[in-house]
Amino acid sequence: MDTTTKPAVEFRNVNYSADELHILKNITGTFPEGKITTLVGPSGAGKSTLFKLCNGLRSPQSGDILIKNKSINDYDPVELRRNVGIALQSATMIKGSVLENLELPLALQSKSIDHDFAEELLHDVGLQGDFLHRNAKDLSGGQRQKLSIARTLVNRPKILLLDEITSSLDRVSQHDIEELIEKINEKYGTTMIWITHNLKQALDIGHYTWVMMNGEVIETGESSILHSPKNERVQQFVKGELE
Amino acid sequence: MSYLTLSITLVFVLIPLVLSKTLNLGLEKDTIIATVRSIIQLLAVGYVLQYVFDAEHFIFITLMILLMIGAATQNARRKGASIKGITWKLIVTFIFIEVLTQGILLGLNITPPTAQYIIPISGMVIGNSMVLGILFLNRFTSEIETHQDETELILSLGGTPKQAIHNQLIASIKASTIPTIESQKTIGLVQLPGMMSGQIIAGADPVQAVQFQLLILFLLLTTAVVTSIMLGFLSYPTLFNERMQFLKLKDGES
Repeated sequence: MDTTTKPAVEFRNVNYSADELHILKNITGTFPEGKITTLVGPSGAGKSTLFKLCNGLRSPQSGDILIKNKSINDYDPVELRRNVGIALQSATMIKGSVLENLELPLALQSKSIDHDFAEELLHDVGLQGDFLHRNAKDLSGGQRQKLSIARTLVNRPKILLLDEITSSLDRVSQHDIEELIEKINEKYGTTMIWITHNLKQALDIGHYTWVMMNGEVIETGESSILHSPKNERVQQFVKGELE
Repeated sequence: MSYLTLSITLVFVLIPLVLSKTLNLGLEKDTIIATVRSIIQLLAVGYVLQYVFDAEHFIFITLMILLMIGAATQNARRKGASIKGITWKLIVTFIFIEVLTQGILLGLNITPPTAQYIIPISGMVIGNSMVLGILFLNRFTSEIETHQDETELILSLGGTPKQAIHNQLIASIKASTIPTIESQKTIGLVQLPGMMSGQIIAGADPVQAVQFQLLILFLLLTTAVVTSIMLGFLSYPTLFNERMQFLKLKDGES
């Protein structure tokens, strides 16, 4: 992993269990600031749980997580979550219009969203401005995913966690989102951590990668490690022999 | 009514027993248990009330109310077993409702401070509060489970626990209080309330019976709304920890 760039997120011997299952096992490693790091691995590797730990929705039983060199426990949870945005695979919507969903992060702070800003955000994720007054429940899976990303961007987070956000999108929309991720990263210097099952995305878009399996980090480094992984299980995964 | 006449009314128990037997409904055992229990419980209460009314002592009145609160708590807690500390939350709610309603009734001289008024009115207030508590807890636990994703979404965007649970809380408060409000809209048209009917049958002036019934209806409105709101606001903080993380509900009947 990059040793010259400051870490935006650092895991130090982190263990997390739930319902008597050891989900994350002694996780240690860094996510460099201002870079795109992909998180790849088979289902059930603990990737989404790791995200919830970064965003403070869960706390580890042991070890520490540092966000910008400060222990996650020293952050006010609300401040932490506004700075570490998360767009989940489920793309959950609240009842109401696209505008109400987009406004949610600000409504939670008793503020309203500027109409032009709302349209700009929709445009950035590839949705038309006239979507604003549609009912969010009427959107397709892909449109909801895009709206979910736009909603996360409202807080202008310094770190953005994206959980399989392109898995339900068609090829064209996937490309739009890939471009958006690169644009946000370049324009705002946002640190991006992106869970993806698409190794091509990891290689093309990601600067760095973490390969996780069964709650452990197996290999980390520049994305190119996916071309010739050292670990035998990672080799199998890259060849598509592990699901 | 004599005990002989009362025993003749058992024909109303025989009818469901015969129907159950004929149609193989399997309700005979429960019907007999319910009948025997209601006879024993109500007769016992009748004799206890007679003693308490005769004694007219503060301690006995308090004991009767505490007994009601205990029984109501025991009954309602099962529906909220998945919420941490629900027993104490119910006890605090029932005590508050009792103090609030009796405080207004006695403080403003609406009813006299005698066992004959305090105990039956307390019974209706606590009983109604118990039913409301059960309705609220049933709906609230179901709302929490159904909308876990929404709760975590709001938390993940920097919302507070109160903001994250707001919709579920309001939906549960509304759902539990609506039956009380709706039933009051049609009262007197569709049904004559039990207490009023009882007074009229016992020979009371119908207008006076109506006045008392109105008093009870107004009391029950307060009871319904206050119970749901209080239980809601006492319960929701226990669903989150100090790091504003949403905790899973305990395993329990819900």
